[in-house]
Amino acid sequence: MELDDQEKIIAVVNKKFEGEILQTEMLYDFLTATLKKDKIVEIIKHLYDHPDTKFQYLTTLCGIHFPDLNQIAIMYQLHNMVSNQRIRLKVYLPIENPSVQTLTTVFPAANWMERETYDFYGVIFEGHPNLKRILNVDEMTIFPMRKEYPLEDQVREDKNDVMFGR
Amino acid sequence: MDVKEPVTDQFYQAQKKQYSYLNLGPTHPATHGIFQNVLKMDGEVIVEATPTIGYIHRAFEKLAERRPFYQITPLTDRMNYCSAPINNIGWQMTVEKLLGVEIPKRVQYLRVIIMELARITDHLICNAVIAVDTGALTGFVYMFQQRELVYEIYEEICGARLTSNVGRIGGFEREFTPKAWEKIDRFLKEFPVVLKEFENLLSRNRIFMDRTIDVGGITAEKALSYSFSGVNLRAAGVDYDVRVALPYSSYEDFDFIIPIGKNGDVYDRFMVRQEEMWQSLSIIKQAMAKLPEGSFHAKVPEFYLPPKEEVYNNMEALIYHFKIVMGETDVPKGEVYHCVEGGNGELGFYLISDGGRTPFRLHFRRPCFIFYQAYPEMIKGSMLSDAILTMSSMNVIAGELDA
Repeated sequence: MELDDQEKIIAVVNKKFEGEILQTEMLYDFLTATLKKDKIVEIIKHLYDHPDTKFQYLTTLCGIHFPDLNQIAIMYQLHNMVSNQRIRLKVYLPIENPSVQTLTTVFPAANWMERETYDFYGVIFEGHPNLKRILNVDEMTIFPMRKEYPLEDQVREDKNDVMFGR
Repeated sequence: MDVKEPVTDQFYQAQKKQYSYLNLGPTHPATHGIFQNVLKMDGEVIVEATPTIGYIHRAFEKLAERRPFYQITPLTDRMNYCSAPINNIGWQMTVEKLLGVEIPKRVQYLRVIIMELARITDHLICNAVIAVDTGALTGFVYMFQQRELVYEIYEEICGARLTSNVGRIGGFEREFTPKAWEKIDRFLKEFPVVLKEFENLLSRNRIFMDRTIDVGGITAEKALSYSFSGVNLRAAGVDYDVRVALPYSSYEDFDFIIPIGKNGDVYDRFMVRQEEMWQSLSIIKQAMAKLPEGSFHAKVPEFYLPPKEEVYNNMEALIYHFKIVMGETDVPKGEVYHCVEGGNGELGFYLISDGGRTPFRLHFRRPCFIFYQAYPEMIKGSMLSDAILTMSSMNVIAGELDA
């Protein structure tokens, strides 16, 4: 992506939502912006409508747990198919109360992606029409993709993974 | 799955209209995979569908957080198992992007050949199954014979058939053998004849057209809002193909067209797939004609397992072998997204590396998972038999859906 295009996209957000962008960086070929969490859906809607950006395709959405920061990040990837530009937006939520507005009002496709994120990270998407587990069983009490849940039984002694495991 | 209202006699009397609830799946031969749909039916018309997924969820994203990069390739096999090599190579390219490896042209071309063969197998299964669901079993058997030929090619290249685990980070494990080239030649000679015959059998067949035209359609706007990709999006009339929009593995060197449909119905999806198979054949031929000389793998000794003879006879190779297997190699920190045009859409890999031997986070953008949520809307108001057809024409693969 050209530098001008990046600045243009950032300017579109900054013009209406002053101070919402905390950080922007270029990660490989992807423009990534970290935002404050409160107005994320409004910003995505703005990027959707604005003639300069028109990010009208939600490529994907997922959660990331950072145990060191005690935060869960939500990553949104948007795509403008006409100009072939892509952007990644991130918001960080506190682990005690991870909740953010739902994106289903802008993209119906966010429905299952948000359900998946809820299922694995326990993020509450406010206003989601049907926020329940999707891939795991309904009876499950934990959010398995969080880092505090190890993949294997840690009390096993026959399998010492101190050297090579995570 | 709980049924919303209790189905009692009083309930029917109160409603005046008699709905019945039908459990389609989880294991039903016509769904070609493990999905459940609770259908609320008014006679034979579907009023509402509630899908339940996750029956074969295997926690790949969690598993990947404990595996070194080269051990994640076999996990990707098991997503869209109809075109496993595309998943494998997509993942390897993601890692290569993270490492910043320069891939030789020859490897890129060989990859294109394998990926297009995989695309053909994916599409031919899907199209053959559409035909089966309309009652035409003959074409299916013919097409499956051809899939066997492709599997023999895989076998010659990597030793495996369905879950191929083809290639390595940096390239292929060995050069294509003369036998493999012979088999590719044989496929290129035999397949067009069968494909043409299959097309003649169905594409202007009155019964097939009556069953598929205007069935399970979706508009381009709806498809985009549901983040469709791949054939399902193109059949609705949007010419988005990752191979062209964001070329990878030298796809920009080849001359091919992106076929698009108009109505986004079953027939359009069938025809788009059909044309894509012809295009894939043409790409394979171009790649073979233009195949550059060179190595079959990139020079990434820290990630590319050396050949066994080297390990036994060469100090350096032994060290690298040890480092790779024991996970001692340094990986750069970074965050990378790479997508390829998979069998049924944009297959993306979002990888965060914190410098450890395993990914910190790996997210798969699985096209099936994303477009399958439009399914209840697409079959609302249609007949039960059309719902089956809609599902098979969307090419919903349970492995990819559930990850």
